[in-house]
Amino acid sequence: MSDISWLVPVILTVITASTPLLLAATGELVVEKSGVLNLGVEGMMVVGAVAAFATASSTGSAVLAILAGLAAGAAVASVFGFLTLGLVANQVATGLALTIFGIGFSALIGAGYVGYALEPLPKLDIPVLNDLPFVGPILFGHDALVYFSFAALVGVSWFLYRSRAGLVLRAVGESHDSAHSIGYPVLRIRFLAILFGGAMSGLGGAYLSLSYTPMWAENMTAGRGWIALALVVFSTWRPGRLLLGAYMFGAITILQLHAQSAGIGVPSQVMSMLPYLATIAVLVAISRDATKIRLNAPGCLGKVFHPAR
Amino acid sequence: MVSLEPRGTRSTLYSYLSPVIAIVLTLAAGIVIFSAMGKPPMQALYVFFVQPLTTAYGATELVVKATPLVLIAVGLSLGFRSNVWNIGAEGQFTVGAIFGGGLAIYFHDSESILLLPGTLVAGIVGGMAWAAIPAWLRTRFNANEILTSLMLTYVAILALSYLVHGPWRDPDGFNFPESRVFPDAGIMPVLFEDSRLHLGAVFALAIVLVGWTLLSRAVIGFQLRVVGAAPAAARYGGFREKRLIWFSLLLSGGLAGLAGISEVAGPIGQLLPTISPGYGFTAIIVAFLGRLHPVGVLFAGLIMALSYIGGETAQIELGLPAAVTGLFQGVLLFFLLGADVLINYRIRFGRARVPQGGAR
Repeated sequence: MSDISWLVPVILTVITASTPLLLAATGELVVEKSGVLNLGVEGMMVVGAVAAFATASSTGSAVLAILAGLAAGAAVASVFGFLTLGLVANQVATGLALTIFGIGFSALIGAGYVGYALEPLPKLDIPVLNDLPFVGPILFGHDALVYFSFAALVGVSWFLYRSRAGLVLRAVGESHDSAHSIGYPVLRIRFLAILFGGAMSGLGGAYLSLSYTPMWAENMTAGRGWIALALVVFSTWRPGRLLLGAYMFGAITILQLHAQSAGIGVPSQVMSMLPYLATIAVLVAISRDATKIRLNAPGCLGKVFHPAR
Repeated sequence: MVSLEPRGTRSTLYSYLSPVIAIVLTLAAGIVIFSAMGKPPMQALYVFFVQPLTTAYGATELVVKATPLVLIAVGLSLGFRSNVWNIGAEGQFTVGAIFGGGLAIYFHDSESILLLPGTLVAGIVGGMAWAAIPAWLRTRFNANEILTSLMLTYVAILALSYLVHGPWRDPDGFNFPESRVFPDAGIMPVLFEDSRLHLGAVFALAIVLVGWTLLSRAVIGFQLRVVGAAPAAARYGGFREKRLIWFSLLLSGGLAGLAGISEVAGPIGQLLPTISPGYGFTAIIVAFLGRLHPVGVLFAGLIMALSYIGGETAQIELGLPAAVTGLFQGVLLFFLLGADVLINYRIRFGRARVPQGGAR
């Protein structure tokens, strides 16, 4: 047993690096399944991160901080929803606007919080189970958001493929005109999906500022929102592969951190490029099969819907 | 009940009016934001948007900041018209600075008059090379250029950081992460004494004219417009989509590279870990605010440049955080995208009229 004990801290850090990606990508999966492409994940994450950190440091309550992250993500997502659904704005441009706005807004809110550190979120502590060798810390030693990220993924899979409401949501994403003509409220369903996506992105951001690195720094999401977007494409819009993708990226992130601290002769900046290069590599690997993308992508992804047309 | 009614044809009037509406609404939002931060709103607006223009130096600084924005946004706006979403201009800007700057550092004791032109060409080539990667991945492997160009931005910024911390660090620089200062032969000539206004502003003006001609007179400009407005017609017309993707990305990448080298060979004068306050991203807003038209981009570039200078003034005079600039830019783009609804739709108050043909 002892020869693999070094694996325990590695796996633990992989889990913490993967969780924010999994949370945000799970939310974006639902949004895209409803036919909406929200490129503002990065913006919603960073706003969630600052809202959670500000709440935690002023109230000291982890629960309130998590709720603040959720609410802040949903709030900025509602602006995206209003513009793209209510005012039929271009989804690509509005998503970019959301990211630019989110980075500026969070930097403004967070200006007074730079340099403070928080206690990380409390870890689950079960006396006997936690002390089990190997499996104990890996299965039981996490904070609530890690477990929630798995629960959310399972819940979303069930919702999308086993519930009637999920079927309607997918129908809206495949063909909004057909769904509209049989009387489903396309815009309302999409708006709710956008709010859910915003809340999950906000939660991903909250995890970063409350647990992964319990502090606030400007632009601290560092492209994770974009990686989450790429993960949804990588997953070909399927929850199981989303989990695989998120953990693969978490592992790459941690691999490069460990390689840096082990002092192998590669400059730190080159190692830091790895997650971004890996994103490009997986995108290429999955996109080269154009048929696969066409068959799996929601039919109306990114298309504008106006019922009177 | 408020509803939207399609106009049938695009309204030219509102296409020009929408940016004005957006700017007015952004100023109104500014009053709210400044009040919320406990600053006298009218004074803050004055400091932000008027005071920088009251001095000759401020006016030239406006052009200095507008130069990279206009250079990048002209390229982006042509691509956006054909739905090629290069959002990695910040990366192409950085690689342009690395390529051109590398040349200037290598020939740091040169006095040749060829050094500056060579540096500029290297910058353009660098930006094009960096943009060629998403173009190739998109045309060869169908990979989304939004995500690849953005990921490459992070890679480019890390590469610059590596170079100035490592091999290109100034040997006499007391270990600061800075390159050598470029030799005089590699520095952009200044247009007016006592200002930082440099040759790049002339390039930006020239690019506006070239872009305008390209869009209104050249076949490729026509194709870009058709692909954006009527993709089905473009396919029927036999336009080669891949060629347009390559063209859009190489053009916008090259211009972003030119902006990058103009910045480091201009106001900065050396390579630093951070060489841009986000020009590549702000240029996206400039392109939209300028109606994806080179002449519009020129005006929009000046307006967005004002938000940078105003942000700096407000930092000094009112103690506002620098992030206010980014907030304003995001709010402006939100309002603009919202106001653009008026181009294609009419707002109807009262009950929605049932369109003929009997949809429910």
